[in-house]
Amino acid sequence: MISLEWVKDYIDISDQDLEELAIKITEAGINVEKVITNHIDHLVIGKVISCIDHPNSDHLHLCQVDVGRDELQQIVCGAPNVRDGLKVIVALPGAVLPGDFQIKASKIRGIESNGMICALYELGLEEKTDEAYARGIEELPSDAPIGRDPLVYMGLESTLYELDIHKHRNNDCYYHIGFAYEIAAILNRKVTLPDCSYHEESDSIKNHFSLDVETDKCPYYLAKMVTDVKLGESPEFIQRRLLAAGMRPINNVVDISNYVMLEFGQPLHFFDKDTLGDHILVRDAKDREEVVTLDGKRRILRSSDIVITDGLKPVCIAGVMGGENTEVTDTTKNILIEAAIFDAVSIRYTAAHLDLRSEASIRYGKGLNYEYTLMAINRACHLLEKYAGAKVLSGMVSHDVVDKSEKIVEFRPEQVDKMLGIRITEEDMKFELERLDFPYTLKDGKFRVVIPKRRLDIDPNVNDIAEEIGRLYGYQKLVSTLPSVGIRRGEYVGDVKYRKALSCRLRSLGFNEVKTYTLVSSDMSQSFDYEKKKKCVLPNPMSVDKSVIRTTLIPSLLNVYQYNKARKVDDVLIYEIAKTYDKGYQEESKACFLMKGKYVVNPWKGSMPVDFYLMKGFVEDILCYFGFQNRYSFVKSTLPDMHPGKSCQILLDRRPIGILGQVHPKVCKDEVYVCEISLQALMQKVKPLKYKEASKYPTITKDVAFVVPKELTSQEIEATIKKAGGRLLHSIEVFDVYEGEHVASGMKSLAYNLLFMAQDRTLTDDEVMKVFNQIIEKVCSTHQAQVRDK
Amino acid sequence: MKAEEIKNTMLEELDHVTDLKNLNDLRVKYLGKKGLITELNSEIKNVPNEEKKAFGQSVNAVRTLFQSRYDEIRSHLEEEELNKRLESEAIDISLPSTRVSQGAPNILEKLIEEVEEVCMSMGYDVVDGPEVEEDKYNFEMLNIPKGHPARDAQDTFYLEGEEILLRSQTSPVQVRTMLKGKGEVPVRVICPGKTYRRDDDDATHSHQFMQIEGLLVDKNISLSDLKGTIDVIVKKLFGNDVETRFRPSYYQFTEPSVEVDISCFNCKGKGCHICKNTGWITIAGAGVVHPNVLRMSGYDPEVWSGFAFGFGAERMAMLKYDINDLRVFYNTDLREVKNFDRGELDCND
Repeated sequence: MISLEWVKDYIDISDQDLEELAIKITEAGINVEKVITNHIDHLVIGKVISCIDHPNSDHLHLCQVDVGRDELQQIVCGAPNVRDGLKVIVALPGAVLPGDFQIKASKIRGIESNGMICALYELGLEEKTDEAYARGIEELPSDAPIGRDPLVYMGLESTLYELDIHKHRNNDCYYHIGFAYEIAAILNRKVTLPDCSYHEESDSIKNHFSLDVETDKCPYYLAKMVTDVKLGESPEFIQRRLLAAGMRPINNVVDISNYVMLEFGQPLHFFDKDTLGDHILVRDAKDREEVVTLDGKRRILRSSDIVITDGLKPVCIAGVMGGENTEVTDTTKNILIEAAIFDAVSIRYTAAHLDLRSEASIRYGKGLNYEYTLMAINRACHLLEKYAGAKVLSGMVSHDVVDKSEKIVEFRPEQVDKMLGIRITEEDMKFELERLDFPYTLKDGKFRVVIPKRRLDIDPNVNDIAEEIGRLYGYQKLVSTLPSVGIRRGEYVGDVKYRKALSCRLRSLGFNEVKTYTLVSSDMSQSFDYEKKKKCVLPNPMSVDKSVIRTTLIPSLLNVYQYNKARKVDDVLIYEIAKTYDKGYQEESKACFLMKGKYVVNPWKGSMPVDFYLMKGFVEDILCYFGFQNRYSFVKSTLPDMHPGKSCQILLDRRPIGILGQVHPKVCKDEVYVCEISLQALMQKVKPLKYKEASKYPTITKDVAFVVPKELTSQEIEATIKKAGGRLLHSIEVFDVYEGEHVASGMKSLAYNLLFMAQDRTLTDDEVMKVFNQIIEKVCSTHQAQVRDK
Repeated sequence: MKAEEIKNTMLEELDHVTDLKNLNDLRVKYLGKKGLITELNSEIKNVPNEEKKAFGQSVNAVRTLFQSRYDEIRSHLEEEELNKRLESEAIDISLPSTRVSQGAPNILEKLIEEVEEVCMSMGYDVVDGPEVEEDKYNFEMLNIPKGHPARDAQDTFYLEGEEILLRSQTSPVQVRTMLKGKGEVPVRVICPGKTYRRDDDDATHSHQFMQIEGLLVDKNISLSDLKGTIDVIVKKLFGNDVETRFRPSYYQFTEPSVEVDISCFNCKGKGCHICKNTGWITIAGAGVVHPNVLRMSGYDPEVWSGFAFGFGAERMAMLKYDINDLRVFYNTDLREVKNFDRGELDCND
C-alpha cells in the first residue's frame, strides 16, 4: 500500500491527477491494482445562518445553511451542538457516505431537508464511540472557507495505491522512496531524499557497546545508540501515515522504526540498551535453541537460522522478530538501533519454518539496498531526536563486508533495437536513461550504464536495459511482425498424438469429454484399486478430499455421473484421458469411459439401452482403430468394486491393459458400465494402411447350433471352430443364444453363422461340407456339445 | 367365333377391368392355352389355303391389340396400386427423431485445441510433460532459485522435500524441450497442460488449472515478433478485429516481460462486464526468454534468442464463452456442454 500524500514528501506530484498517474504507472509496468481514496463528492464547508427548533420534534433542529450557493440550504439536524454561526461539514444531496449511505433531498417529520450536517465518524474518519457520538457534529474553525471541500481543507483527503504484490519489481517499489523513484522516471522529475541529519553528542557509542559477527549470512550490520528518549504519542502525520499504510500507531519510538521502514524499505530493530547490555554477537543459531519473541511466543530455532545474541543468550531472531527480553517498553530510556542486511534466502526459510511472516522478514526476504541501510539508521536518529527528545551518541558500530561492486551494462543501441524489434534513436535512449536516473556514458557508439543500487531487480544484461528503455519508450510503439523462421508444419508429438487420436474416436462414438481432479480423497484412491498400485500421498495436503494422487480415473468419473444424475441427466456417456502417478512417481496415462442409460434414444419408438456388450463393442472398435485386430482378448475377472459376473480384464498380446464391466451394485445401484485402458499400452507404431481387394468369388454360409453346458463361453467354442475351419472359414458370427424350453437345464444353445470363402476360386459345396462337418465333429468332441436339431 | 367378334367383346371386357386379378383372368381367357385367341389361331388349319394369310393376319391383329391394351391397362393399374400403397405408408414426419450424436469436448479442451490448431499452422509442435515434476525443471532452470521471492506467487504442492512437486506451471516442459534440442536446433513448441497450486477452489481459483505455454527459440527473435505471433493467435480465437496491447511486467524467466491485453471482443472497446468497462482484457503473460534460462538449457544467448508466452486456459474459456465460474470446467453438466461439439464450424471469420 503506497500513500500518495506521503510520496509527495519526496517528489512533486501536486499537479497530477492521481487516477491518471496510476494509469501511467501501470502502463510503465507496476500494476496499481486499486486507487483507494476517501474523497466524497458533494461534501462542502457550510455556515449555519439560522437554527430553530423543529416544529414537530423535541430534539431536531431546522437550519438554514450557506454552502456558497445563491440559495441557503434548509437542513434538519439532530446534533446537540448545532447552532447559529457555526462552520460545519455538509453532505449535499448526491453525496455517498461510507457504508453506501446515500444523501437525498427528503422530508423529515414533514419538513424539507436538503442534506446532512456531518460528524467525523459519519465520514469514516473517526471511530464511532459513545464519546464521539455525544460530541455531535464536527465544528470547523470560524475561518474555514465556505463551499470548499472540507477533507482537503483539513488535510484529511488521502489517496492510496494498492500494488500487485507478486511481481519481482516489488523489491524497490513497495516502499515510499522507491516508489517515488518510479514516479520520477515516469514524469521525468527528481527525487528529494528526506532529512537524515542530527546533532551528535560528544560521547561515542564505542564507549558503551561492541559488536561481533560470526556468520557469513550477515554481510552488513550497523548500530547507533540514542539516550534519554521520552516515550509518548507520535506526531499526527506519522500516526496518520502509518494508519494509511495499514499499521497501528503504538508510541513515538516504535512508530519511528516502522515509519523509516516504510520510507526506505529497510527494517530497523530497536533494543532496550539497558536490558541488552554492552555487547552484540550475531551468529548462526544452535539447533533447538529457544527464544521468546515480542509476541510472547517461544520459538525453537534451527542451525540454519541467524540470531542476535548478547554474547550469551539470543535477544532477537535476526530479520524476523525481536526477543521479549530486550523489547522497548514504557520505561525504556536508552536505545540501540540496528540496521542490517541478512541473507535473504536464509530469512525466508526461517520465516517459513517458524510460520512467522513479519513486516521485517518480508522485506529482508526480498533483498535490500545497503545504501539505504545507512540512510535509514540516520533517518531514525533524526526522527528520534526530533520527536522523542533522543540524544544521539557519536559514531557507529559496524560490520561491513557487503558487496559494493557496481553493476555495469555495456551495449550498442542496435542490440536493444534488435531485441525490441523497433528502431529507437540514440537520443531517445539517452532520454530514457536520464529519466531513469541511471548514470551512463556513450563512447564510440557504445553505452556504459551503471545500475543504481536501489534497482536490485536488474541484472547486468542487455535484456534488462532493453526492458527499462522499452517500457518507458512505450510498448505501444512496438510493431507486429512475425519471426523470420523456416516454414514447417507443427505436429502432435509423442503421447499427445495418441491422446488426441483416442479422444477424437471416443467423441465420434458419442462420449463427452470431462475433466476431473488429479488429487482425490483417500477413500476414492482406494476404490476400484484393480492394479493395487502404491499411492502417492501428499505430505501437506490442503484438505482431506485432495490428499492423494489418483492411480485410476474411475471414481472421478463416477462422481461426474452422480453429479449429472442429481441434475436429472439420465443418459450419460463420458470419458477422460489423464495422467496418473503411483508412489514411485511412475506416470501412466489412462483413458476411462463410463456409460449409463440409453445410447440411441427414441422416446416413442423405444431406445437402445447401454449394456456390457455395447461397451465391449466400443473397446473393440478402439483397439481395431489402433491397429490391434486379432491381438486382444477379454478374460472374465473378479475386480474390486466391479460386478463379479459382468467384468473382465482386457488383454493385448496376452498382457492386461485395462478393465471393463459393470460397477458393483454395492458401489452404485444404477447399471453403470465403465472401462479403463492404459494409454501407454496403445502407444505402439501403427502399420501403414494397405488396400486389400475383396474376394470376387461367392461365399457359402452354413448355420449350426450347439447345445453346450451353460458355463462354456462362446469364446472357447469359437476358438475350436476357428481351428477346425482352417483357411476356408472366413468368419464366425453368433446369431442366437438360447436357454429354456427344449434345451436341458444347465445347458444353453449357441447358434453360429459360418461364412466360407476363398480368395482365388469359387468353392464347391462338397469341400465346404467337408470342412463344416469337421467343425461340428471337433466342437462336439472337444466340448461335449450336441448339434441342436432344427 | 370370328376375329372381329372376339375383338369387340375383348375390347369391351378390357374396358371394364378394375384390378390386376381381373386383368390376368382376361389374359387367360384370351391368350391362355385354351384362350379364345389361341383357339381361333388353331382354327387356321380349317381355313382354305388362299384365305390362310388373311385369316392369320386378322388373328395376329387381335392378339397384338390385346397385348397392347393389356400392357397399357396393367401399367396403369400397377401405378394405381403403388400410389395406394405409398399413401398408406405415409408417416407423421413431425414425430420426434431417433437421437444419435457425437460427444462434446470438455470446454477447456476445446479452447486448447483451437490454440493448438493455430499454433501448429505456424509450425509449433504440441508437446507434453510430466505433472509430477522436479524442482529443477519447475523453478531452478527457469531462473527461480530456491528461496527466491518469485516462488511466493506459486504456492506449490511439494511431494518430497523441496525436490519433487506437482508442477505449478507448464514452463518445465519448455526447459525439457530445450534440453532435448541440445543448444543446436531451433525450438517451436506449445505445451498445454494441467498445473497445480495451493489455492482454495472458488469461482475464480482452482488448485488444478490449465496453462497453454508457447516457446520459440531461434535467431534474431524480437519482442515485436512476439506481438505479431500473439496477434495471430488472439485473432483466431476472438475475431479479426481484436487488437493486441503490450504492457510492461516482470517475470523471472523472461526479460523484457509483458502482459498482453486484447481489445474487448464483446463490446469493441465501449465497455462491458467482460472487460470491466475498460475496453481491454488481460489475456497472457509473455516476454523475451531470459538469457539465464537459455544458458541453463544449453542455448548460447549470444547466438540464440526467443520468446515465450503463457495463456490461462480457464480464463480464456471464461472470457470467450462468458462463463463466470471456473468450476464449470471440472463439474461437467452434460446439458451445458452439448453444443460444444461444433468443431471447425465454430469460428470467428
